[in-house]
Amino acid sequence: MKRIESVNDFVIKFANVNGTGSASANSLFAKALFRMGLPVCPKNIFPSNIQGLPTWYEVRVSEKGYLGRRGGVDIALSVNPQSMAQDIQDVEPGGYFIFDNTKPLDLRLLRDDVNIIGLPLTRICNEQYQDPRQRQLFKNVIYVGALAALLDMDFKVLTGLVADQFKGKEKLVLPNIHALEIGHQYAKENFDCPLGIRVQASNKVGDKILLDGNTALGLGAIYGGATVVAWYPITPSTSVVDAFEKYAKRVRIDPGTGRRNYAIVQAEDELSAVGMVIGASWNGARSFTATSGPGLSLMSEFLGLAYFAEIPTVLFDVQRAGPSTGMPTRTQQSDVLSAAYASHGDTKHVLLFPSTPKECFDFGALAFDLAERLQTPIILMTDLDLGMNDNMSDPLVWDDEREYDRGKVLTAEDLDNMERFGRYQDVDGDAIPYRTYPGTHPHKGAFFTRGSSRDVFATYTEKGEEYEDNMLRLMAKWETIKEHVPGPEIIACGVDTDDAVLYFGTSEESSREAVDYLAEDGIHFDAMRVKAFPFNKEVEDFIGRHQRVFVIEQNRDAQLRTLLMAEFELGPDKLKSVLCFDGTPISARNIRKQILQVVSGGNVMPLHREHSASGAGE
Amino acid sequence: MSYQIPKFRHPDLPVNELGYTKADYEGAISTLCAGCGHDSISGAIVKACHELSLEPHKIAKLSGIGCSSKSPAYFLRNSHGFNSVHGRMPSVVTGAAMANRDLLYLGISGDGDTASIGMGQFAHVVRRALNMVYIVMNNGCYGLTKGQDSATSDRGSASKKGDPNLFNSIDLCSMALQLGATFVARSFSGDKEQLVPLIKAAMTHRGFALIDVVSPCVTFNNNPGSTKSYKYVREHAEASGTIDFVPIMQEITTSYHAGTTQEVTMHDGSVIHLHKVSESPDPFDRRSAMVALEDHRADGSILTGLIYMDKNSRDLHDMLETSQRPLNELEEVDLCPGNRMLENINASLR
Ligand SMILES: Cc1ncc(C[n+]2csc(CCOP(=O)(O)OP(=O)(O)O)c2C)c(N)n1
Ligand code: SF4
Ligand SMILES: [Mg+2]
Repeated sequence: MKRIESVNDFVIKFANVNGTGSASANSLFAKALFRMGLPVCPKNIFPSNIQGLPTWYEVRVSEKGYLGRRGGVDIALSVNPQSMAQDIQDVEPGGYFIFDNTKPLDLRLLRDDVNIIGLPLTRICNEQYQDPRQRQLFKNVIYVGALAALLDMDFKVLTGLVADQFKGKEKLVLPNIHALEIGHQYAKENFDCPLGIRVQASNKVGDKILLDGNTALGLGAIYGGATVVAWYPITPSTSVVDAFEKYAKRVRIDPGTGRRNYAIVQAEDELSAVGMVIGASWNGARSFTATSGPGLSLMSEFLGLAYFAEIPTVLFDVQRAGPSTGMPTRTQQSDVLSAAYASHGDTKHVLLFPSTPKECFDFGALAFDLAERLQTPIILMTDLDLGMNDNMSDPLVWDDEREYDRGKVLTAEDLDNMERFGRYQDVDGDAIPYRTYPGTHPHKGAFFTRGSSRDVFATYTEKGEEYEDNMLRLMAKWETIKEHVPGPEIIACGVDTDDAVLYFGTSEESSREAVDYLAEDGIHFDAMRVKAFPFNKEVEDFIGRHQRVFVIEQNRDAQLRTLLMAEFELGPDKLKSVLCFDGTPISARNIRKQILQVVSGGNVMPLHREHSASGAGE
Repeated sequence: MSYQIPKFRHPDLPVNELGYTKADYEGAISTLCAGCGHDSISGAIVKACHELSLEPHKIAKLSGIGCSSKSPAYFLRNSHGFNSVHGRMPSVVTGAAMANRDLLYLGISGDGDTASIGMGQFAHVVRRALNMVYIVMNNGCYGLTKGQDSATSDRGSASKKGDPNLFNSIDLCSMALQLGATFVARSFSGDKEQLVPLIKAAMTHRGFALIDVVSPCVTFNNNPGSTKSYKYVREHAEASGTIDFVPIMQEITTSYHAGTTQEVTMHDGSVIHLHKVSESPDPFDRRSAMVALEDHRADGSILTGLIYMDKNSRDLHDMLETSQRPLNELEEVDLCPGNRMLENINASLR
């Protein structure tokens, strides 16, 4: 039988039952490879449930440093009878299927093109442990030990990690190492180790870190100076606020008084959460909320107020699969349009699209500067894939010389030195007006903030011209904004080509890998990663330079493409869609396939379909 | 269209400790209907703030949407104001109050704004004990959308349109008590004598203070058959007692009969004197206050005056243990941990 042979290049997928403690064992496995100097890309595919449903953990190892999903599974490790039929189907021909063979495999599931490896995990655990909870927990650790032997991992790295993981709970170190050894030994004694797929120590990781985007965002908010946090729990955004709180408890307690230099309010809903952010920002504090699609929908009315009344507002949207409740624990980039145009009337919002944890941190902090400089909502669009998975990332850096940009705020002295303050007056020609904080001056600078029409002095008016002037100034401000938001990243392929790909956020890694594959196929693409909306001039120019641009995104309706067409008044022919919306991160093979279909002249572009609920396949 | 009031000052107008006349606490000329109860409440706010010698710019006035919510434009010209969205004033005040604990937060709302669309936010701002004064200008109808019944309209009460209201009314004072409000009062826009000292007491109270002020809508709900008309309220209001407000450090000159009068020192050192008319309610006992509200409701009268006050109240900042320095005054040095800490974090992630 064919056997996949590879060194430091494979995809392994763990199939577990949620609530059984598999997450920490699986991440131990990924982290050990990372410590061996191998680029890894772990992804959790989990249910919206606390206990008992199937959950998967996919780890890609790529010496070349590809960090997106590749597509396909080389090794499946299944300890979940519920999903076993699917799990074995997902394995590539010549791949490996590792399972708990305490109960024999249903013969109907057998495949003769897959290498089957049975580990009697339940039996071993029943022999070793009395306590049912221990039996369950150590089962996971034992298979990690077995994998160490099967893949030729450095066992010392694993034991070192266990020691780090249980720092402060030393009692747990030995039992865990023991469990690793049991698995390791069983595999050594019963199989020809290593398999065709194996790893060896490398140095491809450099100074990179392994971090989830939500923690990076929470840290970005700490560094960006946020003090008032208002939120309502929703997957996958909850861990942003958890991270903020964790670090705030470390660095934001006043050493003299023991009091907190921050306030976190768990609101009664998302309307209230964003209302609090608006109130706090109006009053001169840096404030944010984090949410996901359903919350964004609820925040709509308030976002319009913040746009029109020009109040800095920072919102982190960790996107998940919609519409409605959709697939709450699966990923998508499907809030692009609803965020860009959130609220009734002529309303548009600034969006930021980070694609790595480092960018979550950087853009997270930047969002506060932008919000205060531009006096408008800044919506940072991340997603479940980036937010909740450990992603390999450049290390986080802060320039200690950096000062916050608090924007155009008048002091009492400024007010004393001016003739008359007009809250909505364009004094500098950049369409950004000046504001004052409440309480600044005894009799100058007070104004009435409202969502209804007003003149430049913030006095209520229903005069059409004054309303129109203000709306036109907001349009002019939109132009100013283009100069402030991060520009795109452009990667020219070095060959003269009319074709390009355009992507944003978490589609980056898979897109770049697909471009490499396509180059091997002899088709060359320039590439651009968009980092913000409104699109700056460079985005327009890049599209202008190419005949055909493939817009790669993770939603059904080609939302970014729609935004590009609307903003640049492009016809539909120029921009082609590459889409994935099954709730799993888009894979490189999938992108390549869709692009090839168009390039090779197939005039109908089939909708992409990944064939299994577990998101395997291409 | 609003006009600024001309800045003419009569030399004999009385000034307060800060040297301000009452006019310094006024706002733009009201555009509400002549005789609207809301304007009288605005007047009471002006009088209370003037007499308390508050710095107008240290007050933030916030509201939702409605005729009532327009009112903040008509008082306290030198205070920042925020006319937010319908029913959501509580969240905006909460954020604002978190950002700067040193201002006085005055929320103005209507019965539609509070008891219908804003019911959720109202309930939660009470629960959180936000340090604010929350005034409901309660006319039993939606004035600005032309007089539909609101959720505080009594069952059987008929507005100008004529159809009696079919549903039970929500009593905001009872609700606030149930949710843990530490200052609950009810008054009538037509009774400034009662309202002004209540506003003063609410403004010196630390924690959440609700004043539900019945405030007739002359245009849509002042007809016979309405239980929120001037006439009906005058005939059915029963004051729990009266209160005098003695500002901080001022000598107490009046003497009262023991037994009927109680003296309460507020958080800022000022004092209120409560002169009780009857045994019930005891305004320092929450259960007694709830019973009194129920009793009055049952016999069709409207209990006004101070209904409940907790002398040992705490507010959200106390509970969250936030810094005494307003959060909006903190700077990079207080907020940003610097690159060294990031290096440590990076090291822990390898
Ligand atoms: C989301 C939303 N829905 C509806 C309205 C229309 N609206 C404006 S004011 C109002 C009712 C106000 O009633 P109330 O708060 O009692 O104020 P009043 O005018 O009686 O003082 C309504 C329904 C709105 N502004 N916003
Ligand atoms: S409609 Fe009613 S509530 Fe509105 S201003 Fe007129 S009287 Fe007042
Ligand atoms: Mg009303």
